[in-house]
Amino acid sequence: MAWAGTGALCVMRGGVLKSYPLGTKAAAGELSFVQISDSHMGFNKAANPDVAGTLQTAVDRINGLSTPPEFLLHTGDISHLSKPEEFDTVDQILKSAVAKDVFLVPGEHDVLNDDGKQYLERYGKGSAAGGWYSFDKKGVHFIGLVNVLNLKAGGLGSLGAEQLEWMERDVKHLKHSTPIVVFAHMPLWTVYPEWGWGTEDSGQALSYLKEFGSVTVLNGHIHQTMQKVEGNVTFHTAASTAFPQPQPGKAESPGPMKVPAEQLKSLLGITDVNYVQGQHSLAIVDSKLG
Amino acid sequence: MIKLITLMILMLAQTAPTAAVKIDNFSFAPRELTVAVGTTVTWTNHDDIPHTVVSTEGSIFKSKVLDTDEKFSYTFSRAGTFPYFCSIHPKMTGKVVVH
Repeated sequence: MAWAGTGALCVMRGGVLKSYPLGTKAAAGELSFVQISDSHMGFNKAANPDVAGTLQTAVDRINGLSTPPEFLLHTGDISHLSKPEEFDTVDQILKSAVAKDVFLVPGEHDVLNDDGKQYLERYGKGSAAGGWYSFDKKGVHFIGLVNVLNLKAGGLGSLGAEQLEWMERDVKHLKHSTPIVVFAHMPLWTVYPEWGWGTEDSGQALSYLKEFGSVTVLNGHIHQTMQKVEGNVTFHTAASTAFPQPQPGKAESPGPMKVPAEQLKSLLGITDVNYVQGQHSLAIVDSKLG
Repeated sequence: MIKLITLMILMLAQTAPTAAVKIDNFSFAPRELTVAVGTTVTWTNHDDIPHTVVSTEGSIFKSKVLDTDEKFSYTFSRAGTFPYFCSIHPKMTGKVVVH
């Protein structure tokens, strides 16, 4: 199962974020952190019967990095069925990471049956009532958003008016030279609406950031890396540590992809990301793993 | 009187109609189901991913999360059109029309 357990190492240098596939040698920067996503603890189907093992693999790889990350971001779907023991297992595995701080946002699998009550009790300390929050690290402003609650029939992910107002206030007094990293579970750009891969009101959220020179958006949910640059904003989705999902429209549904392990290795290998620094904006180059 | 009620209950039990909706590949099948008043509809999740069955309007029915092979049933006791969706994957929508 060496194919899974991927993550992305992000290095902030000169106010611009670059991301590298884990296992490659990244240049040291002012700030480095690792994004992991979609650990789906509790999933036990054919696509990966050992999601605890692959999450541990991801942590081992994080611990093997030449520059230890300062913290981890988990972009949601920590659990598969919102069971307490699933969250416990993830917490336990992440304790073995060299980076002790973990910043999380919920995925739709983390807020089942109780509209996120358990998630907030567990991880919501210091965040707004709805679970969203922001923090600063070495001059970079991070914003964790919740877009998996109050979803409407036929719709996509949703941030909601209250969260949008909070975000507008949150960034209002920042200097526009402040690098911004926004992270949320569902993509904050429309990847593939037919599969619900997008967020209804993400445009409104991004409009608050249009004056900023460097904005990076990190998401999970789609279990594959994908990237896009639009103006000042670089969008990036991370791979899952649990199982891959098909490329948009390449299967009947976005369900877990069942492929032989050796095939999966190469599949995940082709989807990692390099951010390349431009003058004021970022350019994206696809790169293959191994 | 008791005999009559018993008879009616028996008749109801014999004729109580049922219908099934499959959840497969992130969709409800049939997507639109037409049934008679009194029909019990049972949804079964055949996906590797959990889903829910939630009425779109007025909180008429709402399942707990359904893991693989789990079921949810609801008996439609009045006529009308009842749209519903999966609250986890809201692109998944369906409708039960009750005559």
